[in-house]
Amino acid sequence: MSKITLAKGLNMGLRKAMEDDPKVLVMGEDVGKLGGVFRITDGLQKDFGEDRVIDSPLAESGIVGTAVGLALRGYRPVVEIQFDGFVYPAYDQIVCQVAKMRFRSMGKIDMPIVIRIPFGGGIGAVEHHSESPEAQFAHTPGIKVVACSNPIDGYWMIQQAIACNDPVIFLEPKRQYHADKADLDEGATPDPLFRSRVVRRGSDATLLAYGPTVKTALKAAEAASGEGRSLEVIDLRTLSPLDMAPVYESVRRTGHAVVVHEAHVNLGLGSEVAARISEECFYSLEAPVLRVGGFDTPYPPSRIEEEWLPDLDRVLDAVDRSLAF
Amino acid sequence: MTHAGFGPDLAEVFGPGQHGRPHDGGPELVQLLTPEGERVSHPEFSFGDGMSAEDEAEMIRGFFRDMTLTRRIDTEATALQRHGELGIWAQLLGQEAAQIGAGRALRPQDYVFPTYREHGVAWCKGVDPLELLGLYRGVDQGSWDPAKYNFHLYTIVIGAQTLHATGYAMGMQRDGVVGTGDPDRDAAVIAHFGDGASSQGDVNEAFIFAASYNAPVVFFCQNNQWAISEPIERQTRIPLYQRALGFGFPGVRVDGNDVLATYAVTQAALNRARDGQGPTFVEAYTYRMGAHTTTDDPTRYRLSDDVERWRLKDPIERVKAYLQRNGLADQDFFDAIAGEADDLGARLRAGVQELADPSPLSVFDHVYAEMTPELQEQRDGYAAYLDSFEGAH
Repeated sequence: MSKITLAKGLNMGLRKAMEDDPKVLVMGEDVGKLGGVFRITDGLQKDFGEDRVIDSPLAESGIVGTAVGLALRGYRPVVEIQFDGFVYPAYDQIVCQVAKMRFRSMGKIDMPIVIRIPFGGGIGAVEHHSESPEAQFAHTPGIKVVACSNPIDGYWMIQQAIACNDPVIFLEPKRQYHADKADLDEGATPDPLFRSRVVRRGSDATLLAYGPTVKTALKAAEAASGEGRSLEVIDLRTLSPLDMAPVYESVRRTGHAVVVHEAHVNLGLGSEVAARISEECFYSLEAPVLRVGGFDTPYPPSRIEEEWLPDLDRVLDAVDRSLAF
Repeated sequence: MTHAGFGPDLAEVFGPGQHGRPHDGGPELVQLLTPEGERVSHPEFSFGDGMSAEDEAEMIRGFFRDMTLTRRIDTEATALQRHGELGIWAQLLGQEAAQIGAGRALRPQDYVFPTYREHGVAWCKGVDPLELLGLYRGVDQGSWDPAKYNFHLYTIVIGAQTLHATGYAMGMQRDGVVGTGDPDRDAAVIAHFGDGASSQGDVNEAFIFAASYNAPVVFFCQNNQWAISEPIERQTRIPLYQRALGFGFPGVRVDGNDVLATYAVTQAALNRARDGQGPTFVEAYTYRMGAHTTTDDPTRYRLSDDVERWRLKDPIERVKAYLQRNGLADQDFFDAIAGEADDLGARLRAGVQELADPSPLSVFDHVYAEMTPELQEQRDGYAAYLDSFEGAH
């Protein structure tokens, strides 16, 4: 057992995947000598060499587009997009090429590419460094989208994503990289990758979160318990496909659901989650499913980002509104 | 090794690449003022032609002042970041000559598309440095009016602005302000970017559009040798300026630490554009003396030897040496500039603290030309929510 941060968990997971499979390559801007701007690939180039940990030219479409070619050649590229807001030059390659290759080839071609994207806000950065683009990818058939929320999941989920024969957008809550530590048991059996998980049991309402907002939801549940309210918290973990069975089970018990994400509310993941809950749990619901997220504006200047991002108070406010409905 | 039919081995033409980088920029480097402060001549570019000796000296003293004050903006902002007054800062240390040379070659009607590091060009265009600090403090995302200064907002997504610059130049063509022969009317655009950006698709597409339409744009690349941790060899195997030829327009490599040469070359490139002769690529060969930004630690990926070698090419010291050696500026002049820099530093230190945080509700402003009903509803809901805390604490 060792105490690790999310950054360390991801680093160890990448290392393990590279040790286990010589076809795993890491590529991106500054991932080699520097170890990435967040140090997630720290030490990998030193130990695995420049052929397997590749500092790329500064060109995101090039990074993803060449990863397609490497995958066609039998490699398993793990590419890093330095910040969420810089993924868009690669968007065409991701949605038109990566996502459709299996379908077009009628199953003859695998695209085992992992596209790692540090996402979300709260680090006081300038624009394009704090965004939550997950819905733009979850909307695209053919790619899978997951978000880790804690150090242990970071360690396991990155390995599982690399082992997956479908392309995976792997979202890492950058605010959490160095925030908390947890005990890693490398001998444990991890949950499957495409499963959501109840992370706190409760009976009055269900909070649904992923990535950076899992911590927010857990804090809200803790605060609510002081007021005699029992909130269940589910970490969705997989955004496409969604794993809704634990969500339905929970909402049928609590009758109240609140979805929390940093992304804009309009057509965010919460919209899909709310629609599915209303389809499956209609007679169990005692209130409409509520969504708490970033406002439908561009990400704000950093000095007011904490007001823009959903926080404990805004989550509890939504819980109040749901319970008072 | 050569392969028949494919011409000479590129390594013979351009050097061995990875380990063969010429620190002096190679023989093609246009230089008019050496690192030691000696004026040298160049067959195609010159500084001061047609000017009186006094006007020329006055201009060079002006460059010295611009570079000194720009460096003070940079060091002051770096310190303010360390003190928590700024969230981050992108340093220009070492690139003062490239920016002042380019910035002073502009006419009022010319238009600038900067990266996020063009603090010296912003200075030349009259943007208050405090407005630059606002962005890096995180109170706004660029508060100046681009049309007032002919200086676009800083662009953070690497290279995106080169296409905007090209489109703006195409607009100038259509407005009839290119090639009229009237120096007060003919205009051009300058697009700033770095060596890293040269790898981006957008930049290469900008080259193609500009060449195709003969757009009046100068692609001004500050090759500061580093894209965060990646050396120039990761972006190109040939000197960057030589890429221009493949796109169908001329390129030139200028000593970006030589303000006289940068001014002369940029002015000539802008004149080509204004005259209707189309785009030019200027590679200002320089060095990023500081970190990529204040969050970066360059000791992890580069040698201090390299930095020390470039310190000897300091853009400001060589101008100072020239002015002193030739009796063109006395101690009073240098003292006055130092005093002005101190005043500027004090103004920035005081002013940055007055850059107030915006209201949380301001985030709903300017999303659309007119507030949409659903966004208005969201804003009202948030305002009521914020009001619910009044008196609660």
